[in-house]
Amino acid sequence: MASLKAYIATRALLVIPTVIILLTLVFFILRILPGDPIASMVGQKVPPEVLEKLREEAGLNKPLIVQYVDYIFNIIHGDFGRSMIWGKRPVLSEIMDRFPATLELTIFGFIISVILGVITGSVAAFRRGSKLDASMRVYSILAYSLFIPWFGMVLQMIFGVYFDILPIGGRISPGMEPERITSLYVLDSIITLNFKALSASLIHLFLPSLTLGIVLSGAYTRLVRNNLIDVLSQDYITAYRSRGVKNMKIVRHAMKNAFIPVITLMGLQFAILLAGAVLTETTFSWPGMGTFLLERIQYRDYNSVQGAIVFYALFVALISLVVDVIYALIDPRIRY
Amino acid sequence: MMSLLEIRNLSTYYHSRRGVLRAVDMVSLSLDEREFVGIVGESGCGKSTLAFSIMRLIQPPGEIVEGEIIFSGKNLLELNDEEMRRVRGKEIGMVFQDPMTSLDPLEKIGDQIVETIQMHEDIGKKEALEKARELLESVGLPGNRVNYYPHQLSGGQRQRVMIALAIALNPTLLIADEPTTALDVIVQEKIMNILKKMTSEGRSIILITHDFSLAAEKSDRIVIMYAGWIVEMGDSKKLVNDPLHPYTKGLLESVPDLWLERRIKTMPGLPPDLVNPPPGCKFHPRCPKAMDVCRKEEPPEVQVNGRFVKCWLYGV
Repeated sequence: MASLKAYIATRALLVIPTVIILLTLVFFILRILPGDPIASMVGQKVPPEVLEKLREEAGLNKPLIVQYVDYIFNIIHGDFGRSMIWGKRPVLSEIMDRFPATLELTIFGFIISVILGVITGSVAAFRRGSKLDASMRVYSILAYSLFIPWFGMVLQMIFGVYFDILPIGGRISPGMEPERITSLYVLDSIITLNFKALSASLIHLFLPSLTLGIVLSGAYTRLVRNNLIDVLSQDYITAYRSRGVKNMKIVRHAMKNAFIPVITLMGLQFAILLAGAVLTETTFSWPGMGTFLLERIQYRDYNSVQGAIVFYALFVALISLVVDVIYALIDPRIRY
Repeated sequence: MMSLLEIRNLSTYYHSRRGVLRAVDMVSLSLDEREFVGIVGESGCGKSTLAFSIMRLIQPPGEIVEGEIIFSGKNLLELNDEEMRRVRGKEIGMVFQDPMTSLDPLEKIGDQIVETIQMHEDIGKKEALEKARELLESVGLPGNRVNYYPHQLSGGQRQRVMIALAIALNPTLLIADEPTTALDVIVQEKIMNILKKMTSEGRSIILITHDFSLAAEKSDRIVIMYAGWIVEMGDSKKLVNDPLHPYTKGLLESVPDLWLERRIKTMPGLPPDLVNPPPGCKFHPRCPKAMDVCRKEEPPEVQVNGRFVKCWLYGV
């Protein structure tokens, strides 16, 4: 296990250059875009001297390279800066306000996608060649190619408008928020035993996480099906049968083996999950990182956008590290 | 003397898009207690299908279409799935061809043995693990290998583990399907000696192999298969010294010999397509002694000097 620790340390160190490269890209791309936070905030009709003064206050008149070095220096010291538009709140506290909403949505979306994918994929594999198998494969392709805003709207129309049984936007009904502990509403309402808040937050979570979950489940369906078919044809499965091992046990062994590549996919999917969450959030007016990012890009709020991107990058890096550790724990052949 | 295993008119077919492939075609065979039988034949002659049929491990598109497999007085083909499960491992053990792929890579050796034992016997984990250690020692591995994962062992060690797994519940019959094909000759000799020892412990063994000399050296009786048929069967020594069937002769001539300065003769032609086998005797296109009748009618099964042969040469 010492080698595992060394591996984790190396992986963690590798995150640093990744984040710096990403940050550099975002920094320059944002500045190539026309407009700046001052212009988008105060509009075009303000006298040029005033604009100039505001720009100087925000430090936007300094040479680009100086701005860049300053920014990197601050980030290394954990200072994400302040928002450049109204309020000028610290970026980190804004992110911390929004992030729990995204985390809650992605966790539920993730769980739904894995459950749906594993069920549909296993059914397809165990009924290989049947009509059920064919329909699961069609499901996989359809789910994979769905466009989130369109699919979200279809669900909103069916469940929110036609049947009128589920809310079509927001995180919870106004005034029902549970006491803040983790800011994950579901978790907080369970901790405080606030069942009204629990049901309200679950009802609001349902459509967005279902949208995200279904779209992302397609990839799992395919992968689980193909892996399970492959594993079921392996010699060791026949060998288990030849020793009279019960079917349920053999299925468990097969699933465990088929799950290894699925875990890899989980790590890769997490970045896609976050990207999908941006679209889902805007469709369902979910007050998370996605809506935050979109809004701040429109205002060219450099510090907020950069902060959000760094935060995303660190989060994805952390998740893939966790996935790799799980991977090493399940598969004894992995020796780093 | 009652035989341990009695196979009567067994046919196993594979259904393919091209038609029905008769992998095992009306095969009858019996095996006595403590007997070591070698089943020899080229790739695709149906020897592995025969072994898998006995274990009822034929998967679709394969299917046992007819016959009886009487083992210890019961017809295996009439058992329900649960009854058959209890026969596998407990009464008939099986060793597979490729030890590299026949062990679950994610489970420790010990856990795989323990699971097998607990499937058939109601004993605690600790006791089963102790038994697993003893089993590994009985096949020449240190007992602490129970804590190893398959990838930490060599091919020969893994095949020993496979044998330990197959004999974990002390089955009366052991089927070894090409157990040494994937191993080098020195390891092969060791594995074969372990198997040979099993017969002295009261087990019967069916060795499936394409290696004629290996079968001749180790087994009491040899069964020669060709294109789904048993073409000759009898005492190993007699069969090697005086082969009856032209195919057996061909096989013997193609065995390399280090001491006799004899040139290896290869048999002309290839085994037939089992979806559309030649009419009459399936061997006649390659047979140096083929007669008119061989091209038209299936050869009779006759007994010659206590040996079974399926050939018109000895026919009526």
